[in-house]
Amino acid sequence: MNIEDIKRPENIVYKRPALLTDNVMHYCPGCSHGTVHKLVAEIIDEMGIQEKTVGVCPVGCSVFAYNYIDIDWQEAAHGRAPAVATATKRLYPDKYVFTYQGDGDLASIGTAEIIHACSRGENIVVIFINNGIYGMTGGQMAPTTLIGMKTATTPYGRDPKLNGFPLVIADMVAQLDGTAFITRQSVHTAAAARKAKAAIRKAFEYSSKGVGLSFVEIVSTCNSGWKMSPVDANKWMVEHMFAKYPVGDIKDVLAK
Amino acid sequence: MAEKILMKGNEAIAISAIRNGVDGYFGYPITPQSEVMETLMKEKPWETTGMVVLQAESETSSINMVYGGACCGKKVMTSSSSPGVSLMCEGLSYIAGAELPCVVVDVMRGGPGLGTIQPSQSDYNQITKGSGHGDFHNIVLAPASAQDMYDFVDWGFELAFKYRNPVIILSDGIIGQMMEKVELHPAKPRMTEEEILKVAPWATVGKPASRERNIITSLALEADVQEAFNQKLKVKYRKIEENEVKYSEYMTEDAEYLFVAFGCSSRICEAVVDELRSRGIKAGLLRPITLYPFPYKEIARLAGQVKSMMSIELNLGQMVDDVRLAVEGRCPVGFYGRQGGNIYSPEEIVEQFLKFNNLK
Repeated sequence: MNIEDIKRPENIVYKRPALLTDNVMHYCPGCSHGTVHKLVAEIIDEMGIQEKTVGVCPVGCSVFAYNYIDIDWQEAAHGRAPAVATATKRLYPDKYVFTYQGDGDLASIGTAEIIHACSRGENIVVIFINNGIYGMTGGQMAPTTLIGMKTATTPYGRDPKLNGFPLVIADMVAQLDGTAFITRQSVHTAAAARKAKAAIRKAFEYSSKGVGLSFVEIVSTCNSGWKMSPVDANKWMVEHMFAKYPVGDIKDVLAK
Repeated sequence: MAEKILMKGNEAIAISAIRNGVDGYFGYPITPQSEVMETLMKEKPWETTGMVVLQAESETSSINMVYGGACCGKKVMTSSSSPGVSLMCEGLSYIAGAELPCVVVDVMRGGPGLGTIQPSQSDYNQITKGSGHGDFHNIVLAPASAQDMYDFVDWGFELAFKYRNPVIILSDGIIGQMMEKVELHPAKPRMTEEEILKVAPWATVGKPASRERNIITSLALEADVQEAFNQKLKVKYRKIEENEVKYSEYMTEDAEYLFVAFGCSSRICEAVVDELRSRGIKAGLLRPITLYPFPYKEIARLAGQVKSMMSIELNLGQMVDDVRLAVEGRCPVGFYGRQGGNIYSPEEIVEQFLKFNNLK
């Protein structure tokens, strides 16, 4: 049997998503962004909505998301993506509009924008990458940094007396009447990535139903910022991040 | 004959937006311009033209909604007053950096800080020189009447789309609150989707198979890429300076003394010129209608004709710097201003004029 006999459509269980571009990703090996990008690209392709989708990228590592997924993109100022997406969706209600934001962008400088987009019930999708650290600027404390966690600006560990407490933003926005679907997922195993994909797809589907904002938090790793190997970062995330940010659905207004 | 309606300058902005095919307005309440959004909400244009009107949670958010709408190739605008415009400066820099069209109305009040809610012209420097970080210019239009408020919305969008550049209508509390007759020109429809694709092929409205993806960004990490972009902007700004300067002159033909004033101050200075002429003093007025591009050449030309110039502004002296740049020392340049919401009377300016020129 030669390789060509194996490379038949019925045998393919995994392939590169059609909507991922040929650009080499700048993300560190082990970073969750690559996996989440792939899931988003697959979903847009599978739903056949490339022509109707507009992405809004943040400031942070995923500022360059527009280099990797073959759709129209708007690059927002730091934290402002939900406001940018609000106008885009209001002016083009038949489009699928999503923001892709990290924890520094969404949970720190952009809290007003995300809270009020949620409160207004904007029919957009928010994908929130929470790795508890500022990746792009070199590993500083984020609002989501765990107590005791060492970062460039908490070199002795986050001390609540000095730095306050971690912000659990998905639970906060779940309290708002304008949100429709709030879930927390991860992509550290194939099984987790499959669940995350189903959640993101549901969020995209909800955004065309006029039921409000859908928010998918992905508890993620930043092995460079955390100064760990990718494998150790995944283990650390399961042991520590999941304790503060447990995975699972938080709110689903259409659940039967 | 076109319809004439008595309305406030702020209301004229709102009515003009609806009648000139604006697609979206995103705003936040602030005195003295709240009538803009109030009028829009009362008119409910989403039921007639389909225009979107949304009250944002802050000026920061409203300018970023404008950014989002502009990314889609839509005619989008906001309005605010001085402290709110300060919050919008981040967004204006991004809009300039992404080369997006939009119209922003600043109905100026006195500052700095929370300041006063009374009229002022103290945002001249902020709006013409530095409304945000980085090397860029807003195109700045200075209305002097409710009619100008009405007309400049459409003119603003024309310039904004022609140059893919933010346009600021730099108004003030007098022009915003004053009621005057406004002539309503025939209404224009909003652009169709096909028209948007034609005038804004860069718009991010979903990527069809027929083209590459559109990306709206102001990010350029490489020095050479950023510099090339800055140079591209320079070419655009030179073109704007070459083609879009607009000003009006009043009794300048034989003038021996010139007033330079914009917006509400130019209206007051017309009365000053009349008064001085009645006393046999040949005064004239140049009113810059565009503050960027500024009428440097025209003021330079008049500098060779008059004995002196005076810049009259409701601030501590901001535009006067541009007047001096234009004059280059060829004649004395004076300044008179009031602040805090106080407004000069024509008599007060006449007195200051006589003092500055050692006349009786």
